[in-house]
This record gives sequence, C-alpha cells and structure tokens, in this order.
Amino acid sequence: MTTTSPTKTAPTLLPAGQPRTEGTGRSRFKLGAGQQLKGGPLTYAALVIVGLGSLFPLYWTLVAASHDQQRVLDTPPPLVPGGRLWSNLQSAWEQAHLGKAIVNSIIVSGCITAATLFFCTLAGYAFAKMRFRGRGALMTAVIATLTIPPQLSVVPLFMMMSDIGWGGKLESVIFPTLVGAFGVFFMRQYLLEALPYELIEAAKVDGASNIRIVWNVVLPVARPAMMVLGMLTFVQAWNDFFWPFLALNQENPTIQVALGQLSASYTPDQSIVMAGALISTLPLLLVFVIFGKQIVGGIMAGAVKG
Amino acid sequence: MATTTPTRGAYSPPPGGSGAASNGSDRRSWRSRLWRFDDLASPYAYIAPFFLIFGAFGLYPLLYTGWIALHRVEMTSLSQSEWVGWDNFAKILQDSEFWTAVANTFVIGVISTVPQLLVALGLAHLLNYKLRASTFWRTVILTPYATSVATAALVFALVFRADGGLLNWALHFVGFSNIDWGNGEWTSKIAISVIVIWRWTGYNALIYLAAMQAVPTDLYEAASIDGATRWQQFRKVTIPSLRPTILFTIVISTIGSMQLFGEPLLLQGGTLGSIGGNEHQYETLSIYLFNYGWKLGHLGPAAAVAWAMLVLLLLIALINWIVSRFVRKSAA
Repeated sequence: MTTTSPTKTAPTLLPAGQPRTEGTGRSRFKLGAGQQLKGGPLTYAALVIVGLGSLFPLYWTLVAASHDQQRVLDTPPPLVPGGRLWSNLQSAWEQAHLGKAIVNSIIVSGCITAATLFFCTLAGYAFAKMRFRGRGALMTAVIATLTIPPQLSVVPLFMMMSDIGWGGKLESVIFPTLVGAFGVFFMRQYLLEALPYELIEAAKVDGASNIRIVWNVVLPVARPAMMVLGMLTFVQAWNDFFWPFLALNQENPTIQVALGQLSASYTPDQSIVMAGALISTLPLLLVFVIFGKQIVGGIMAGAVKG
Repeated sequence: MATTTPTRGAYSPPPGGSGAASNGSDRRSWRSRLWRFDDLASPYAYIAPFFLIFGAFGLYPLLYTGWIALHRVEMTSLSQSEWVGWDNFAKILQDSEFWTAVANTFVIGVISTVPQLLVALGLAHLLNYKLRASTFWRTVILTPYATSVATAALVFALVFRADGGLLNWALHFVGFSNIDWGNGEWTSKIAISVIVIWRWTGYNALIYLAAMQAVPTDLYEAASIDGATRWQQFRKVTIPSLRPTILFTIVISTIGSMQLFGEPLLLQGGTLGSIGGNEHQYETLSIYLFNYGWKLGHLGPAAAVAWAMLVLLLLIALINWIVSRFVRKSAA
C-alpha cells in the first residue's frame, strides 16, 4: 500500500503512535498536552494483559485441536499443543464436509467482496463528488439502512428464496449482501478527501464520459481504500452466521454453518469441533497477520465520521 | 467533520455544452444532449445497485414480514397462507417464553455493552500514548474481531464447561468450587457476555482511538494552561469531544445485542442451544425467532417476533435520543 491522502480520515498513515501535532514545533514544550506522553511500564503491562486475553482463546483453540477429546475434557485441561493436530484436522475435514464448506465460503465471500468493491466505489463516488437532486436525502437513507438488523426480514427472505428456486443455494446468501451501506459510506468518506475536483474537471475538459472518468480517474485514486474495504468485507462475509445458518443446509453449507451444525450434532467430538474451528479461522488470521496494519487503519478511518 | 460537502469549484459544463448547442450543427447538439444526459443519469445509475439490492432483499422483506405476521404460514407448506389477523401477535405476547427472551436480550445487552465500552475507552486511552510497536498492539487487540461467532462461541463453550472446564479449573485455585456456567440463570448470561465482550472490545477501542486522535490539541493546551490535571483533561476534554462517537458505539452495540444468536445457540449446543438453555435462561429474541420459525416451523409467529423486535429497536432509539438530549442539556 503506497499512498493514501494524509488526511484526518487516515490517521494510522502517520508514523506509528505519533500524535498529529508532532512537528509543529509549538506543542513540543507544552507537555501538558497529554497526548505527547510516552507510555510507561504500567501502560505496557496493561496492554500485555489485554493482548494475552485477546490471543489466548485462539491459542487454546489450537491446543484443543491437537489433543484427543479425552485429553481436552481432562482436568487439568491441556495448556500446550499435543501431537494429534493433523489427524484431527483430517477427521474434521472428512466428517463435516469441511472441504466443500471451505470452497463454498470462498465462493460466497469472493462474490460478495468483488460486488461490494465495484458497486460501493461507484455509489461512494457519486455521493462524494457528483451533483444530483436528492443526494443528501439518499445518503441519509443509505446510512439509515445500517440500523436495520437482518432478523427483521429473514422470514420472508427465506420464503422468497425458496420461491425463486434459490432455497439452500449459495445465491440465497450472496445476493442479499451484494452492496452494503457501510461500504458506500466508507468509499464516500475516502473519496471526499482523496479525490480532488481538479482531476475530474480536467478529465471532463478532455472530453471523457462519466464512466470513463470512473475507470481512469476514480478507480486509481480509490484503490488503497478499496483494498481495505475488500478485506473488511471479506472478513465479514466469511464470518457471517445468522442468515447463512437459516438459509443453507447440511449438504451445502458455508464453513461457519458447517461448524454450527458440527457442534449441534449429538455428542460431538470436541477436539474435532476445535479442529474445524481452527480451519475456519486460519485463513482470516493469515490475512490479519499480513494486512493487520491496513485493516486497523481502515476501521479507524471508517470511524472518524464526525 | 466531513459530512458536509466541500464547496464545489466552478462547475464547468462538459465540452460542447449548452452554449455551443444553440448555434451548432445537429450533430453537435445531439452530442451535447448526450453529454447532458450522461451527467444527469450517471449519478443515479451509480447509486442504483445499492437501492435495488436493498429494495429487493431489505425493504420488501421488511414489509412482507408484516404481512406474514398476520397469516398462518408453515415451514412445511411455504406457498400456502391463511389470514389469522392479530392471532400471531396474541400468541407470542401471551407466551411467557417471549417475555423471558425480551428480558434476557435486554440483560445480556446491558452486561455486555457497558463493560465492553468502558474497557474500550480505557484501552483507547492507553493506545493513544506514544508507544513502541503501536501497530502491533492495535492488530493484537483486533484479532478477536477476525474470529467468527461460531469459532468464538465453540471455544468459550469449552472454556466455560461445568466439570473441569478451563475456567473452573483456573478458578479452583482461588477457592471457587465448580460453577455450572451454562445452566445458571446469571452465569450463563455472563458467559455469553464474555464472548461478546471478547470479540468487540478491541474494535470499539480502535473507533475511540480514531476519535481521540481527531481531538484538536489546542483544547489540551488550553486546559493545561488552566492547570488541569491529566485526569481532568481526560474527563473534561477527551470525553466531551468523544460524545458523538460514544453515542454511535452505544447505538451500534445496542443493535448488535438485539441480534445475539450464534453465542447462545452454541454455548451448550445441540437442542439446548435452540431453546436457549433448559430453562430458557439465555434465550435471546433471535433464538426465540429461530426456534419458532425454523425448529417448530411456524413462520407466522416468527414474523410477529420480528416486528416486536422492530418496535423494541424504535423504543431503544427513542430512549437513546431522549437520554442524549438530556445529557447535552445538562452539559451546556
């Protein structure tokens, strides 16, 4: 990730931990400004505790997935990984259709992410930089949709899906989440500051049509934000549980649905359930390890909405 | 800050625009009309996908829910419906299990949201210090956010296991005897709240951190000149500046707690999960809806539950609005 506009909406792009005013010179001798102070040992101690709390359940997933059930349910419980990780992963893979579930999850999350990126960038651009009647009201409408929980519409959604022949199919979980309000809002906030009007005007003077401007001017500028939005969307789509659990069945699940059903079965083997949990989490953890900085930046950028 | 649009510079008409059209050839006026149409229609075309998708899979089902709530629709015969009027509503309102679910949703919502946001606020304050490896800390506290509800609930289900679970084992060192987390009235709610708190605290902390970094430093400088201590600065400068953000996170967390589903479903798993425990001690409204519609197969009452949730949400929004007005007034 090379450049983003160094504005307030992208605070993490500043050097790590540096308050925004550093370097104005003026604030340096006014240490009372609070924000300048370095974290002391107590700060680090507190962070270490919180950090351990954040990571321990994930670590213990690995531990539980690498013992047999007997050992997992033993007292005292195991605290270090054992040697059965591979065989547990294998049984989880075979018993719960996890192979198919993973493929399904990749398809679902991939489609949702691609569509979200495309449509949200278009809409975000329109809301940020184009003039049209009803823009303010429509933007308010977009944000208002954020407050509607999916629970309110699952019953008819389920009926509609079976009506049009999508019952139990991946389409039924892909289509309702193709374009999210958050994505529209996120791209709008970004483009509002990152895309100068001069660029658009210049392209217009050159005789570019609107769709050409989108392609040649907006998309290159939007790319860093699109990357972040893409990761956030993928994480969300991958982890989505409620509607997929209602819409899909055992034969054709996403990975989360498969996990839910694995644990809902009679006397599930806990170490195999944990192995399944591990399989479902690993891809995302990998994304986090590689792109953690961008994801953190994206969440913080999306948060400063004033 | 950025919710208002910046003033637009002189809006230059597209080349061959209206001025040229009046005396130009047919070809040119045709072209200019095309340009004008392009400018007029494009924005609507760009935002159309959102509204089409939302209309088809959001708004329409929402209204349709109201229709189903007044009918008898069974899972076994989805295409048949029979008018029953307000029977479905009467049915759920007279069901004590429904009121248990309302109370549980409310209680779990409070005991998961309040500590979560307080801890997040403190955590954001820590992260706002000048730190070594600040990105590392931020990423670490965000990892639970990358974990799915299903995974989190399943791991914590093991941690909270009654006999010899990890937590009970750890607690026996400090003198607690075995706690039956899942079956207890309060302990089960606490267990579910812990899962929620674990997953969302880091996320909220980052949102607060972003807001803290946007607070103008002048305010702190002015405060320190007036001799305010750091704690006073935090209380009198940071917190008031964060008020809109805090309100935002409260709204989001409230909506989120109305939706709690995976955590209660998987805490004990199996059939216990879909009725929210043997005595419904941790049954939330989403579980109740799921049980009515998908386990028992009665979609009419399930739709009525959805409408009840909508009413509750509006009520919460109203309370929120009144409280925030009150807070603003008393602060002024």
